[in-house]
Order: sequence, then structure tokens, then C-alpha cells
Amino acid sequence: MRKIIEPCGFHCIKVNHLGVEFSDQVVLRDINLHIHCGTLNAVIGRNGAGKSTLIRAILGDIAHTGDIEFRDTKDGRMAKLKIGYVPQTVNIEKNTPVSVYDLIASYESSYPVFLPKRRQVYEKVKKALAVFEAQDLIDKQVCNLSGGELQRVLLSMAIMDEPNLLLLDEPVSGIDQNGMELFYKTMDYLKRNYDLAIILISHDLDYVAKYADKVILIDQTVAKQGSAKEVFNSPEFAKVFLAGDKENWIGEEEK
Amino acid sequence: MDITSWLDYGFMRSALVAILIITPLFGLLGTMIVNKKMAYFSDALGHSALTGIAVGVVCGIPDTTISMVIFAVFFALLLNKIGSMNMASTDTIISVFSSCSVAIGLAILSKGGNFSKYSSILVGDVLSITTKEIGYLLVIFLVTIVFWGVAFNRLNAICIHRALAKSKQIPVHLIENIFAVLVALIVTLSIKWVGILIINALLILPAASARNISVNMREYHLFSLIFAVFSGVLGLFVSYYTNVATGPMIVILASVIYFVTFIYGRTKK
Repeated sequence: MRKIIEPCGFHCIKVNHLGVEFSDQVVLRDINLHIHCGTLNAVIGRNGAGKSTLIRAILGDIAHTGDIEFRDTKDGRMAKLKIGYVPQTVNIEKNTPVSVYDLIASYESSYPVFLPKRRQVYEKVKKALAVFEAQDLIDKQVCNLSGGELQRVLLSMAIMDEPNLLLLDEPVSGIDQNGMELFYKTMDYLKRNYDLAIILISHDLDYVAKYADKVILIDQTVAKQGSAKEVFNSPEFAKVFLAGDKENWIGEEEK
Repeated sequence: MDITSWLDYGFMRSALVAILIITPLFGLLGTMIVNKKMAYFSDALGHSALTGIAVGVVCGIPDTTISMVIFAVFFALLLNKIGSMNMASTDTIISVFSSCSVAIGLAILSKGGNFSKYSSILVGDVLSITTKEIGYLLVIFLVTIVFWGVAFNRLNAICIHRALAKSKQIPVHLIENIFAVLVALIVTLSIKWVGILIINALLILPAASARNISVNMREYHLFSLIFAVFSGVLGLFVSYYTNVATGPMIVILASVIYFVTFIYGRTKK
């Protein structure tokens, strides 16, 4: 197992006045967030509220206004923010000759994956997979993994270079109720044992209530943020989720 | 029948060397073209060769290879730009650009009823390759090998998930553009020998066959290389004895390999 680092509680990530526009249409405006290490932050909101856009903007995948700073609150030092990202799915269809080793080594190593496996790289990948008990999957084809297995593989890769911030979507496909519980337990384990903050797009309010330290309700901007209790009892929450079309967000996934 | 008699001719030996350089390249690049679903892209590049020649003729450039290479590189970067603009119908747009450029090329080249002068480029003729031209191929071969060693992991990472690759500080646009330019160079430099009509088949078939039976990147590359070189050399050999154009013969063999691997892959699973 990897060395476990206690969350120090002194690092924080600040998102200041973040905004995103797609061809003159405002998707997000004036987002201000303050994220501490060692916390699980759940982003909720109805479909099309801009949740995925927020994740992609923080990741730097799409252009945005405003800035993101990463600060050590103990001495006020600024540092470079390392982000681990777990996509919901990868672009690997049936019969693609990509094994789990190929997948991870492509991102984490410069040693070409088409050459015979190098023991050093192989061991490194295996060790990373072991954090989520996925080491036996290393030689499997990625397209044959179940949703839960793929999730574990992608998580292993995301924390390989010790990120300060983990960005992810709650898994929506190929995961049953047990898998969901396991997923949230894993998140809990991560935030307690690694020095990182987690921002998670979530669709399941029951799990959010149970596990999230902070809930961020997005509706083009931050409609409400705070503890699960505070947010769930707020008028903003009622306006988004309880007014009329409640079915709107249940079981749907955002593109 | 003496089985090595075909090598008595200088032009056959040159053709063999050319094929031993071109086919492994095609086998390598094909793996990524197939995984990245760029078959359409490389096809459009092949067709752009006609326009490149036409541009050369119009501008009075004596060596149309130069105008062809320049035009193909420009065209590749343009198609890449279109692809990255994230429009839903990329394939339609590529098709529009491709047809348009082919039409312009054909219109210019056929002016005055002279098209037959250029028709050899449609089918290609590997037997007419000269030592100097083999030299060009060798240079691009070495460049590709180096690029592949340095950038293949990154290309694969981009192919699997762009945003994830970006988050790992991979220069997505740069790598994709270099890859596109490389494909453009190889396609245009080998088009005279392979022919516009079949060059894409040669890029796609070995990798597609390898994909049928491989489970990881090492097998994928190995099989793709073997299939490419095997169908190339055997195609040259058979075309000599049957007096059929070499390019089509190679493609026929590569297609047979594809169907065999397809059936084998199905029964295995």
C-alpha cells in the first residue's frame, strides 16, 4: 500500500469569479468557491445547470474567466495546483486492443506501450491499482471491464501523482446500489487518508446528505452552498428541486 | 520457375526496398488512425494529392511532389482544426472539403483533355521508383520511428480521453498536428507508388486486421506490422508473376487477411 498522508487542513483552493460563455451564451457566471483539503464537496443542480461545465473549467479543458488559486493558509504561500481527474467514461469501444496497463502507462510513463512491458513501469502501475484493489485487472482489456472496475482503474490513475484536488462525476452507469455505497465509502477513505480535496458531481441526494462535507448548489452560478442540511432546507434548493418537475434530474445523466 | 528470378531486375529490387520501407510505416500509423477513427481523414488526404498536383501545374512548379506535399500538409492542419472545433458533423464537413478539393484538382488537370497524363497516380506504380526517391522514404521512415517512440503514449492518451490527457499536461493540439502532418507527408510521398485509389486501404487494413485478434498494444503493433509487410512483399511477388498492378494486389491480400482475422477473432470470443 502507498504511504498515507494525513490531510493537513491548511491547504485550500479558491475559485474566484469564474465564468464560462459558449458563443455568447452565459453558462456559468461569478462562481466563487472555497475548498479545503480533506473535504468532500458535492456539486448538485438540475440538468443543464452547468455542473459538468464547472468541472471542465476548473480542469482547464474549456476557457473561462476568473481564476483559481491554491494556497497554504498556514503561511499564505501560493503553490501549483495538481488536479486528478476521473472521467465518467473513456473513449474505448468493444474490441479495442488497450489493456489496463496500456491505459495507465500511456498517461503516466514515457516508455512506449507498444514495446515489451518494462518491469519498472508495470510494478508502478500495479502498485497504483492496489490502492483500490484493482491490481488483478492490470492485463485485462479495458473494454471488457465492468463500470465499477473501470471506475476503480481511473481512480487509481487519478491519484497516482498525488493530486491536491480530485475532480469527478458520480458514476451513473454499470453500478448498482452496492457499488454506489462502495464508491462513496472510497471517497470517504480518500479524503481521510490523502492530502486532497474532492469535488464531485452528484445526482443522488441521499448519498450527498450522508457523505458530503459541503454541498454546492449550481444554477448558472452558486445558488447556495454550505452543509447538506443548510442547502437542503434553503429556498433556493426548493426552487430548483421541489418546484414541479422533480423527475427532471432523477436518473438522468448530464452530457 | 525460379522463385528468386524476379530479383534479377534492378527495378524489382528497388520496388522491394520501397515496399519494405512503406509497409511498416503504414502498419504503424494505421494502428492510431484506426483507433482514433481517422480513416476518413486519411482518405481525404489521399484525395488531396490530386489538388496538390493541380496547384503545382497551375503555379508552374516543375516538381509536383513539392506542391503536393505542401498542399497535403496545409489540408491536414485544416482538417484537424475543423475536427477540434467540436462540431457534430465533422465527417460531413471533411467530406465537403475533400470532394471540393478533388473536384478542383480534376477540373484543372483535365483541362484540355490531358488527364490521362496523370491517371497513373490513381493506381500507382511502385516499379518506377528511383534510388533518390527511396532516400526520401527512408528519411520519413526514420522521422516516424522517432516520433512514434517519443509520442505514441501521448497520442494514445489523447485518443482515450482528451480532457484527461490535457489534465496530465499533454500538449494535445501540438501532438495531434504533428501526427496529422506526418500522415500527410507519408501519404503524399508514397502516393505515386501506391496510388490514390488504394492508399487508404493500405493504411487501414493491416491495423484493422490486427485489431480483430489483439488484446493489447504490443500485439496490436506486432500483428499490424507483420500483416502490412507480409501483404506488401507477397503482393509484389504475386503481381510480378501474374502481371497485375502491385498496389491492387497488395490490397487484395490485405483484405483476405482482414476477413480471416475477422472470422478467427469472432470464433475465439
